[in-house]
Amino acid sequence: MSDVFIAFQDNEDSRPIIEAILADNANAEASYPTGLVKINAPTNLVIRRKSIEDLIGRSFNLQQIHVNLVTLSGHIDEDDDQFSLSWTH
Amino acid sequence: MSVDIHTREMRPLRNTFAHTAQCVGNDKPASRYQEATLGTQPTSNFHYRPTWDPAHEIFDASRSAIKLVDWNVLRDPRQYYYATWTMARARQQDAIEASYEFVESRALIAKMPDVLRAKVCQVLMPLRHVAWGGNMNNSSIGAYGYGTPFTAPAMFHAMDQLGAAQFITRLGLALDEPGVLQVGKKDWLGDARWQELRHYVEDTLVLQDPFELFIAQNFALDGQLYPLIFGSYVDDHVVPQGGTAVAMLTAFMPEWNGESARWIDAVLKTAAAESADNRQLIAGWISTWADRAQAVLAPVAELALGAQGQQALQDVRENLTQRCKKAGVVA
Repeated sequence: MSDVFIAFQDNEDSRPIIEAILADNANAEASYPTGLVKINAPTNLVIRRKSIEDLIGRSFNLQQIHVNLVTLSGHIDEDDDQFSLSWTH
Repeated sequence: MSVDIHTREMRPLRNTFAHTAQCVGNDKPASRYQEATLGTQPTSNFHYRPTWDPAHEIFDASRSAIKLVDWNVLRDPRQYYYATWTMARARQQDAIEASYEFVESRALIAKMPDVLRAKVCQVLMPLRHVAWGGNMNNSSIGAYGYGTPFTAPAMFHAMDQLGAAQFITRLGLALDEPGVLQVGKKDWLGDARWQELRHYVEDTLVLQDPFELFIAQNFALDGQLYPLIFGSYVDDHVVPQGGTAVAMLTAFMPEWNGESARWIDAVLKTAAAESADNRQLIAGWISTWADRAQAVLAPVAELALGAQGQQALQDVRENLTQRCKKAGVVA
């Protein structure tokens, strides 16, 4: 199975999102192409609202990730609490 | 001839300012909150001592009996610095504006029973003056406290208190004629049921220790007043009687109180964890001020909730005790 990935603009708003993803996905790896942060992970990757909220100490709406989201690959499964990418149906 | 444009990645050698790196290291970029807050307290090369307080430097940690090796530890879990704080409050302001539009377009206030409307004014209007006291006190913490992580959120909190006072004022103007504000002030100055609370507020205005003031105002008083008034009274008592509009128009207060409680608890927890002396001081201040706040709120609880007032106040006090336990201040 190929990797899934997600990339954000490398800025202050993305920082807690990136940190949350790296904490929640042990196999995820971040790379830093110019101006971006790209996170690759084998088979699946999950973004949890709770993890981001713990980092920023405020409430967070997962739709806010779209402000700085640049690109992604994988099938999306999302609800209010999590946003996940994988190749399974 | 063709021109190839390449991008080349440049990694910065330093991830943050040196004074921020002293607190959080240079391994990864520091957040804006860290850069705006940590290590920004002026500590040396002061000019002469203030003529109004020659015993202290202009910024002096010894104004408080609480002792911390590094005042940068009292961090705000909400990570508010000017930008995040203003954006959060602007969103809340928009929400309240939308509520006003909703309430006014459907004339919800006119549909409230007159007796209830008068009662709400009677209970809420004097609270403008309590919030103003909170504004003064948090400004004082901002001025005489030590360490930006502690004083900056206190200054934000001072402005929030002013916001709360303005929302109460605006509610009064929506519910009744402007004279209702004068009646509220008269009650605050003359009505026996408000005098003990006024005494408490006026006593805190002259507290010298910024940390004790922080406890007396933000933890002991607001920690009971807001859940009592905007929880037990507005949400549980006024709303079932047809006063939904009041809950909508005061939605900021309980929301803000819950949010800022996390900051207040975090400050108490960190300061208490540093030494047994600190914990003892904090526990002593809490028991003194929370007992007194409970006592002065008793007539207000009765005014608002009648016979159920004392039980509601007791529940609120128990909640405060739970917060103390969670913060590790008392066993």
